[in-house]
Amino acid sequence: MSGESSAEAGSGTRGDADTDPDSEPVEIIEETSGTGIPVRGNDIDTDQIIPARYLKAITFDGLGEYAFYDQRFRNGEATDHPFNDDRFRGASILVVNANFGCGSSREHAPQALARWGIDAVVGESFAEIFAGNCLALGMPTVTANEEEIRQLQDHVSEFPDTEISVDVAAETVSYGERTVEANVDTAQRTALVEGVWDTTALLKSNRETIHGTARSLPYVESASIESAPGAPDGGRGGNTDTETEAGATDRAGYD
Amino acid sequence: MSSGTLYDEVWDRHTVTELPTGRTQLFVGLHLIHEVTSPQAFGMLAERDIEVAYPELTHATVDHIVPTADQSRPYGDDAAEEMMAELEANVREAGITFDHPDTGDQGIVHVIGPEQGLTQPGMTIVCGDSHTSTHGAFGALAFGIGTSQIRDVFATQTVAMEKQKVRRIEVTGELGPGVGAKDVILTIIRTLGTDGGVGYVYEYGGEAISALDMEGRMSICNMSVEGGARAGYVNPDETTYEWLRETDAFRDSPQEFERRKSYWESIRSDETAEYDDVVEIDGDAIEPVVTWGTTPGQGIGISERIPDPADLPEGKRDVARRAQEHMDVSPGNRMDGYDIDVVFLGSCTNARLADLRAAAEVIEGREVHSDVRAMVVPGSQRVKAAAEREGLDEVFTEAGFEWRGAGCSMCLGMNEDQLEGSERCASSSNRNFVGRQGSKEGRTVLMSPVMVAAAAIEGEVTDVRTLREVAAA
Repeated sequence: MSGESSAEAGSGTRGDADTDPDSEPVEIIEETSGTGIPVRGNDIDTDQIIPARYLKAITFDGLGEYAFYDQRFRNGEATDHPFNDDRFRGASILVVNANFGCGSSREHAPQALARWGIDAVVGESFAEIFAGNCLALGMPTVTANEEEIRQLQDHVSEFPDTEISVDVAAETVSYGERTVEANVDTAQRTALVEGVWDTTALLKSNRETIHGTARSLPYVESASIESAPGAPDGGRGGNTDTETEAGATDRAGYD
Repeated sequence: MSSGTLYDEVWDRHTVTELPTGRTQLFVGLHLIHEVTSPQAFGMLAERDIEVAYPELTHATVDHIVPTADQSRPYGDDAAEEMMAELEANVREAGITFDHPDTGDQGIVHVIGPEQGLTQPGMTIVCGDSHTSTHGAFGALAFGIGTSQIRDVFATQTVAMEKQKVRRIEVTGELGPGVGAKDVILTIIRTLGTDGGVGYVYEYGGEAISALDMEGRMSICNMSVEGGARAGYVNPDETTYEWLRETDAFRDSPQEFERRKSYWESIRSDETAEYDDVVEIDGDAIEPVVTWGTTPGQGIGISERIPDPADLPEGKRDVARRAQEHMDVSPGNRMDGYDIDVVFLGSCTNARLADLRAAAEVIEGREVHSDVRAMVVPGSQRVKAAAEREGLDEVFTEAGFEWRGAGCSMCLGMNEDQLEGSERCASSSNRNFVGRQGSKEGRTVLMSPVMVAAAAIEGEVTDVRTLREVAAA
């Protein structure tokens, strides 16, 4: 079970958002659904999700087949890890336990999961950098309590064909007859539902304000700022003390 | 909500605007990059036809994949060579300063920033590396980011972030002989848990922290992330300023130093600062700490016994059982006496000059145990050169250590330096995750540089304090 299968695996309510005219369209993610795959255990770190030796590349291409590699293969033999289990082939909702994704900041971890086919992760809790990296790929990290997660994992293990629906907007996870109250971090939910999880265009649209903030900081010395549009007299000038005192609160004057 | 802390102050001063998502757009004062997490970000920029907006505020090094034995080009490992060549091309095109190995300034990203004075109080510092928290030792707000965020920083010199809560960790009292910063942070993580810091920034303070040198403070802030906190910091003080005065940034410009210092003083946490949580740790009670398991939170004092998983909280039992099986340890035993095959003195946690000096003091006049393969990997080319000026290289090599070039090396085994099979390693690094040091069956015991030195000599985990007594007798 390997390869890059992200696109066809899941389905859900996704669409293009209205964004800045000079940016590319970003996907709105309100709800995503598909079959599930349980990976049990607390403190599953990013070295387990994608071992460091697979980071020796200059792109993320092909990472999908190395997801959980060292858990899936021991001494050349395939283990009973869920990612090897045919019953979970085509799954797109990963169900995990506590502190999932702790350790390294490597975006390779969510990239590997996404390229394997995962569209959303449901768990008890997530390490912060991991959750942020998932969001940057438009992959929700949704939490529910320990008991609900255990029941969901048990259900998926027993009935792997069950369709799971992760509703980001409503903060619920539904499967079979059950609808579980879940939690999606407010900023994450807003970003996904409004289609602003790819932040580059949004951040770029505040270019003038960025220059203002930079100039208000006493330690920033950059030719890019001095030559930037909106710079007073085309640059910082000599009176740095005044700028220091002006502080961030005064930056509106530069906008 | 916290108020009046360094975190609040630095956050406010770097706030560009509040984003519609509720996150804050934060200006980045210093962006550090390395070869593993940056090439994909450069690729994303090219796809979108975007240029690096503020190349002067980005600084590059190479650390994860560099060989530490034979560094001649092309590297023996084709993948490493490709990554290096890619970084060279990317920084050239973008106009980014690169501490190439040919400059003598190359090293682990979290070692070179502080030693060159790039890292300063009151800055925001990001890097595609979770141990960016290290730079908080100087009173900077420093945290690791993913590659998509690196793309954002290249494109805008800003990141979208959510504000965290602030937990003050007060380490009282005085650390005993043979006890250092590494023992303090392993104690903190053990106490608060590997996910205890999720949603928090850690502010470290108290007598025991104030008494630490900058290297010690860096070791502590470095491992904040192992406790779940994306960032940790120490308020700047005279110790901080003494370090900065001697760096490239200020050595020849005392006026600039004084000007900056007024800013640094202005961002310190107020006497009346309010925290979301305060935790006190008794520094007097800390003894040398070693890990028995496969998370940095699974540590014990050297005189303590390995816990029975059945006695742990329910959520920690399974992880502990599997960890004890992997490590081949049993509840009720001590780690003292655990056989060691490999000794690694290095990493962004403990490969600075003070770490090497402390270990060398233990090593001097002794020999590495005949069953042990031991190596020292200095954190940077400058650390290496400084150590050689003091003759530390001779102390190590005469004892039987290999004296290597600078890099991340066996902390994560992305170069040739890896554990083999089920080797047991006494390591001054930061993560004892299964497979971390390059072998799936490999076993990592985290400890301080002086404890690593003691393990090298005895061939087993050893309380360095007993070794010292022997030396004194």
